[in-house]
Amino acid sequence: MALLQISEPGGKSSAPAHRIAVGIDLGTTNSLVSASCGSGVEVLPDEHGNYLLPSIVNYSSSTEPVVGIAAKERLVDDPKNTIASAKRLLGRALSEVSNTPLFQHFDFDQEQADAAPAIITAAGVKNPIQVSADILKALVDTAESCLKAKLEGAVITVPAYFNDAQRQQTKDAAKLIDLKVLRLLNEPTAAAVAYGLDSKDQGNVVVFDLGGGTFDVSLLSLQKGVFEVLATGGDTALGGDDFDHLIADRIKQAAGIQELNLMDNAKLLSHANSIKHQLSDSDSVAVDFLGWSGSISADEFKQITEDLIKRTILTCRRVIRDAKLEVEDIDNIVMVGGSTRMPVVREAVEEYFGKAPLTDIDPDKVVAIGAGIQADVLIGNKSADDFLLLDVTPLSLGIETMGELVEKIIPRNTTIPVAKAQEFTTFKDGQTAMSLHVVQGERELVSDCRSLARFELRDIPPMVAGAAKIRVTYQVDADGLLSVMAEELSTAKTAEIQVKPSYGLDADAIEQMLQASHDNAKADMEVRALREAQIEAQQLIDAISSAKAVDGNLLSGDESLQIDAAIAQLQALFEEGTSAQIHELTEEINRVSSGFAARRMDLHIGEALKGETIDEVEQ
Amino acid sequence: MAISVTENAAKHVTDQLESRGHGLGIRVGVTTTGCSGMAYVLEFVDKIEVGDQVFEDQGVKIIVDPKSLVYIDGTQMDFVKQGVNEGFEFKNPNAKGECGCGESFSV
Repeated sequence: MALLQISEPGGKSSAPAHRIAVGIDLGTTNSLVSASCGSGVEVLPDEHGNYLLPSIVNYSSSTEPVVGIAAKERLVDDPKNTIASAKRLLGRALSEVSNTPLFQHFDFDQEQADAAPAIITAAGVKNPIQVSADILKALVDTAESCLKAKLEGAVITVPAYFNDAQRQQTKDAAKLIDLKVLRLLNEPTAAAVAYGLDSKDQGNVVVFDLGGGTFDVSLLSLQKGVFEVLATGGDTALGGDDFDHLIADRIKQAAGIQELNLMDNAKLLSHANSIKHQLSDSDSVAVDFLGWSGSISADEFKQITEDLIKRTILTCRRVIRDAKLEVEDIDNIVMVGGSTRMPVVREAVEEYFGKAPLTDIDPDKVVAIGAGIQADVLIGNKSADDFLLLDVTPLSLGIETMGELVEKIIPRNTTIPVAKAQEFTTFKDGQTAMSLHVVQGERELVSDCRSLARFELRDIPPMVAGAAKIRVTYQVDADGLLSVMAEELSTAKTAEIQVKPSYGLDADAIEQMLQASHDNAKADMEVRALREAQIEAQQLIDAISSAKAVDGNLLSGDESLQIDAAIAQLQALFEEGTSAQIHELTEEINRVSSGFAARRMDLHIGEALKGETIDEVEQ
Repeated sequence: MAISVTENAAKHVTDQLESRGHGLGIRVGVTTTGCSGMAYVLEFVDKIEVGDQVFEDQGVKIIVDPKSLVYIDGTQMDFVKQGVNEGFEFKNPNAKGECGCGESFSV
């Protein structure tokens, strides 16, 4: 027999090379990229030392698109070719977005109305997938020049409320630049991961994300290292900018200014923004604007922003109610987004939840850092102990084979993502279709496992039993989604199905299924042996009867009787016999029919060679 | 029920565990694959799972999951040299047939 060597648990090689994967926070306003560098995960700066890449792309000429700060500068003088907030267009229909304030100044390509909304620019028609791809490309370039290595994959974050179409288009954007997506991670989950909350056993986490222009609240429930989004809420038109406007209004009011020209208004807003930032550290800030001098105190700021703050807290309350929880059930609050630096926001959150929110990690970077941590785990740089439970298949995934037996394709505890293929064949002569039954569990019989899905592969060319080659591929992506594909290799005819194996399965059910497989190990082995013996016997009987139909004249009467008797004996024992008895009788049939088989072989080889010269055969 | 190792196999397992630096023992198991039904799995063990059976022979801990045990109960593991090749070999009383390459077996 082949000699074996001891391998590492889980089939990994003993010293895996460090592989490079990044976390990407693909934001509406700004995007960031992070990676594991020695001590921990850090956000990577571009060549100018900037961490935030404005999610803006300028398509002014037919040359390379301009991304980031340089594109932001073109917003005013080249608005028709400069696309910002493209994330808001992902997964939307043209009719939903063409008249919104953010996008109404663009010329949309009406031809592609049913696909993603496409904007006509000087550099051609650009849909949000292409815009996102250009932003991703800039981030990948930053990462590769910073790490001086080629990326092997990325974890990209998306809002928890993103639907399948929006998620798919985010993946499509990565595909456009050949970036392998290890997983799409929910933004709030990434933030919780950054704080290491996934290492706890369980708990409820509220992620409070107040960015420049959007506000999101998510409630996550953690069960054994797996996050589930219980509820989300928010306001797509509430953010830090609103606070700036309130300060600007207050100054206008105090200075008695009625109308301002565009230039002065912009100046006032930038002034207000800087006052807001200063108020995070000081009690009062002096203001000097268009000849008016005064000051704004922290108390005053608190008073004028009271309504905005109230709106954020009301959203929190609604999200908690949607999840059917009480405020006391919340174990941690994670702050995300630059606007959560404002003391007024932190105080209000602390007061409502009755506990201090987590603020140690830079709120602009926290999502990207969480994504980077996940990327590092998924690419395989962490030992098996660090793996989230989420990242292994809890039960084996298999396929039903003849005799209602289960052939396991992906064994349990395999780390995902994973793909495995196995070849199967037809059981009957001329079989043109194959029914594929995808099952989950550890037992040997289909009836003892969970049925996940069934589908059919049709149009298999008719061949003798066992001649067709059907390759069945099981693939589980990082999100736990299983795709099963069957392919008939001679015609490349395929059939495919997707299913979520974890659906409706909880930890208790998994435990029970495992226990049952241990308790029944012996019985299962016997059942498998019996079924296999029965199938082997049936195949032999089928083969002999079809051979007799074709070449019956090669049989002597005596031989024919012997074979028939042996077959009859086997058939009598077929249901009740043990695997050993069936096996023995199968051997017996083999023995009495061996002469017949040999003569058939001679005959058919003779026929095949008839009329050929030795030279031809030897070629 | 038991799994045993020869003196030579025990020595090699101990040496390999030592050079690896950590590990509780070795896991012997089977998977349904290969051309003739079952194939052996041989791995270092860092963690004993629920339901695992632990055998000790010649100072070596051999860990087997209950599903595999029924297929390999009574097996003796040896360490042999075949020409330039060396490695572990299983003498499994349950095995009734082996495929040509020796990669897999059936019971």
